[in-house]
Amino acid sequence: MSAPLAPVYVYELPVRLWHAVNALAITVLAVSGYLIASPLPSPVGEASEHFLMGYIRFAHFAAGYVLAIGLLGRLYWAYAGNEHARQIFFPPLLQAHFWAGVLQEVRWYAFIAKAPHHYIGHNPLAILAMHFVLVWGSLFMIFTGFALYGEGEGQGSWQYALFSSWLLPLFGDSQTVHTWHHLVMWFIVCFVLIHIYVAVREDKLSGQSMLATIATGWRTFKDDKPVDDAH
Amino acid sequence: MIETFYDVMRRQGITRRSFLKFCSLTAASLGLSPAFAPKIAHAMETKPRIPVLWLHGLECTCCSESFIRSGHPLAKDVILSMLSLDYDDTIMAAAGHNAEAIVTEIVEKYKGNYILAVEGNPPLAEDGMYCIIGGKPFVEQLKYAAESCKAIISWGSCASWGCVQAAKPNPTRATPVHKVPGLADKPIIKVPGCPPIAEVMTAVVAYLLTFDKLPTLDKQGRPQMFYSQRIHDKCYRRPHFDAGQFVEQWDDEAARQGHCLYKMGCKGPTTYNACSTVKWNEGTSFPIQSGHGCIGCSEDGFWDKGSFYDRLTGINQFGIEANADVVGGTAAAIVGAGVAAHAGLTALHNAKQAGDKQPGAQQ
Repeated sequence: MSAPLAPVYVYELPVRLWHAVNALAITVLAVSGYLIASPLPSPVGEASEHFLMGYIRFAHFAAGYVLAIGLLGRLYWAYAGNEHARQIFFPPLLQAHFWAGVLQEVRWYAFIAKAPHHYIGHNPLAILAMHFVLVWGSLFMIFTGFALYGEGEGQGSWQYALFSSWLLPLFGDSQTVHTWHHLVMWFIVCFVLIHIYVAVREDKLSGQSMLATIATGWRTFKDDKPVDDAH
Repeated sequence: MIETFYDVMRRQGITRRSFLKFCSLTAASLGLSPAFAPKIAHAMETKPRIPVLWLHGLECTCCSESFIRSGHPLAKDVILSMLSLDYDDTIMAAAGHNAEAIVTEIVEKYKGNYILAVEGNPPLAEDGMYCIIGGKPFVEQLKYAAESCKAIISWGSCASWGCVQAAKPNPTRATPVHKVPGLADKPIIKVPGCPPIAEVMTAVVAYLLTFDKLPTLDKQGRPQMFYSQRIHDKCYRRPHFDAGQFVEQWDDEAARQGHCLYKMGCKGPTTYNACSTVKWNEGTSFPIQSGHGCIGCSEDGFWDKGSFYDRLTGINQFGIEANADVVGGTAAAIVGAGVAAHAGLTALHNAKQAGDKQPGAQQ
């Protein structure tokens, strides 16, 4: 199938909304989380006059809830939305065609291939990264995050019962959970760096729109070469 | 007939008044309602006292030292007499073969009825040769005594988690009690800490003896009543944490004013213990109150989590002194540099291609 000349509606409103909210939540979480591990210089005066760490932790917990509830809503939309809404949750790992697409993308980024293929949805390499880094990374952060949150909420809380009660023994102790939670934060930061870079790069160099698409939902193509969606 | 606790206490000159006082204080320290005091008294009056075998493996005896300093004077007097502490090689009078014979005697006489308290842990390397008791490896004595006991108390971080002798690289393969292969399948109560708080130890014993059942344990096998909250949750310096006021140097004004020790590596936020409520030495103080951060001594593997004075854990797998920020920051910097380099290469590549396409270009 050749690339359609008319724009295609790819990302429905809930997906775009989730993308924006999620990006904001991840930014707040990474910054506030870093400041929880390495706090700001101490304010001077009576303790009763300040609540700095309290506000930073509040921002972290609130953004954590937004991330978790957002992912739940996004999972629902993977079920209710169009076929593109499902892509990052169900990579077609068993299809040879998918892996050929991954290879082609790698060749494109290694300056070997002359041009990338056209995709109406995500390209296969993007699906791979979003699934294994963003989706699983977020799930890991949500689970460990709630496990750490449950420690403060106490043993009677649902957070403790659902997360802390089995995750703390699994990792051995609270300190180790903190360390992993911190490491995966950097893992996601690395994803964000690459994600933004390739989105801008593809927008400029590939035959399809990227940045406008995540804002409006519509994908346009610069030429009518064939599309190669793996599904 | 075996004596009851009450008989023993009276024989030791404790008045009934003192006895009842002890019962209500025990009820209070166990977090029970006042209605439980008479129940404890009744149990003490009617139940035969349960013999306790107190074995010592690889350890430093700090658990025993803590135990005999139980702040509550009655706990010290009464629990020591209430426990029929038939064997404890550190504090008993008997020695040599006579002492070792007691172990066999208790195991045979009270089959399935005695409590096995273990201080320290067995080293498993070289068939257990790194800890010999009465000419035999400690691990054999432990397995033998565990075979017919009613329940096991793992005293301290050694028995519960392994502690310093199990820290990397653990040359003697010191192994916490619950991980000893071939150990009889008995309920194990872990009472971690290096040492555990004296009042926590006596309360655990009192609970076992009075109610004849194990206290409620958490998923990691620790009594919930003492290990369900972190030091941080009840720390009296917590308001400074929430305000963001931290000690930055050991000799700064914040240190003098008693601000939060988080930045100095206090492990209170990740340590489950009762220090910030029960405290030590008759409620005098605890590490944070004396100006030093918690080192997390009741947590699994606390020796291998980097410096006691760093907030972030050292990650030894990377072979150098690294923590999550060093590892993650380095990764992010490499990725950032990679992105920049890739962007540069892309620009060059495009410029070259554009140059190739231009008519009149060379070649």
